[in-house]
Amino acid sequence: MTDEQHKGNWWIWKVFWILLGLTTFEVGLGIYKPSFLNETIFLGTKLLNHVFIILTLIKGGYIVLVFMHLGFERATLKWTILLPAFILVPYLLFIVLSEGAYAYLMM
Amino acid sequence: MSETENYGKAWKGGDKPYVASYGKLMMWFFLITDTLTFSAFLASYGFSRFKYPDIWPSPEDVFTHFPFLHGDHPLLFVALMTFILIMSSVTMVLAVNYGHKMQKNKVVLWLSLTIVGGCMFLGSQAWEWGHFIHGDRGGIDTKTEHVVHIAEGEDLSSVYSMMGVDGHDGHHHHFTVEEVIASLQNQTQYNIRKADKEYLSNEESIKYLKKNATNVLLGANLEDNEYGHRLFADYFFFITGFHGFHVFSGVIILLIILINVLKGTYERRGHYEMVEKVGLYWHFVDLVWVFVFTFFYLV
Repeated sequence: MTDEQHKGNWWIWKVFWILLGLTTFEVGLGIYKPSFLNETIFLGTKLLNHVFIILTLIKGGYIVLVFMHLGFERATLKWTILLPAFILVPYLLFIVLSEGAYAYLMM
Repeated sequence: MSETENYGKAWKGGDKPYVASYGKLMMWFFLITDTLTFSAFLASYGFSRFKYPDIWPSPEDVFTHFPFLHGDHPLLFVALMTFILIMSSVTMVLAVNYGHKMQKNKVVLWLSLTIVGGCMFLGSQAWEWGHFIHGDRGGIDTKTEHVVHIAEGEDLSSVYSMMGVDGHDGHHHHFTVEEVIASLQNQTQYNIRKADKEYLSNEESIKYLKKNATNVLLGANLEDNEYGHRLFADYFFFITGFHGFHVFSGVIILLIILINVLKGTYERRGHYEMVEKVGLYWHFVDLVWVFVFTFFYLV
């Protein structure tokens, strides 16, 4: 991070408001469940769930890159940390979730 | 420094290719392993949900209560818990930031507030667990993996109100299947909702229970779960418990670091990197909660 950014705290509070706003938006969607999002099925689940997952990934991105400072570290360190998760987690999810759907069909 | 000089030092531990200290790197490596652990937990939760899509309980039927408020308030309490944890993450960044500037008193202030936030989160989780274990509406277990609930017409009711007792009076209640069936026969306004959310008529309910019911479930533990499939309770206790244990150990580590800050350890050392390292752990705990919140309560 540059010295200029270290002087103030405004960037911390900016991320706080983003996280709070996204969470409030998620809770609002969860309570009111707009019928368009709740009834459209896309890729095996409701469109609403896709919205939740995307918003969650955005929140996670802000926490990791700004709060945990990873966005300002050397690029080699950043990718050493992120790549294992980016490769292994989708792989695990793909195998386990498709097995789960298969187990349902076989019951 | 020239290439040849660098080459010699690389094998003696003098180089820092990542421009990060040993301690910080090791914290990051630990966090990668922990990320994969939590991913595996949530993925296995996903497995069970994909295996039992019809009879998996809806989170909004389960987590509906807010302290001191009556009625159903789905999501509100976990939203508050999320707010507490995000807030404590902010106070943690502020502590780290003032550590960079070597302002001891401000580090003490924001670190203490982070600990307060962690304790508030743990208290909320204890309340949430207590409520989940005590149960809300009660349910009836069947020979299959289905759990059925008492309803009045198309509205979810509870075993307690059908049996005419207060579920929150502090007494330990116990009902047999025969008592519940007799109560259904006497009060025809009651019926059941099957695990796949289908409402039966009063006569159909009595027939269904006579054929399938095995046990009246009040509350949840690792073996029985009044809210629905027993795996739901197992995952709830295991995942939120493992996360809560992380928060708990985070609070302990923060306390140790706070004592060191107060003693001036880092002032003498010349840098507050230890605060930064425990900060990484604390933000990770917040990160995990963001995902638990989505996959346990929203989706």
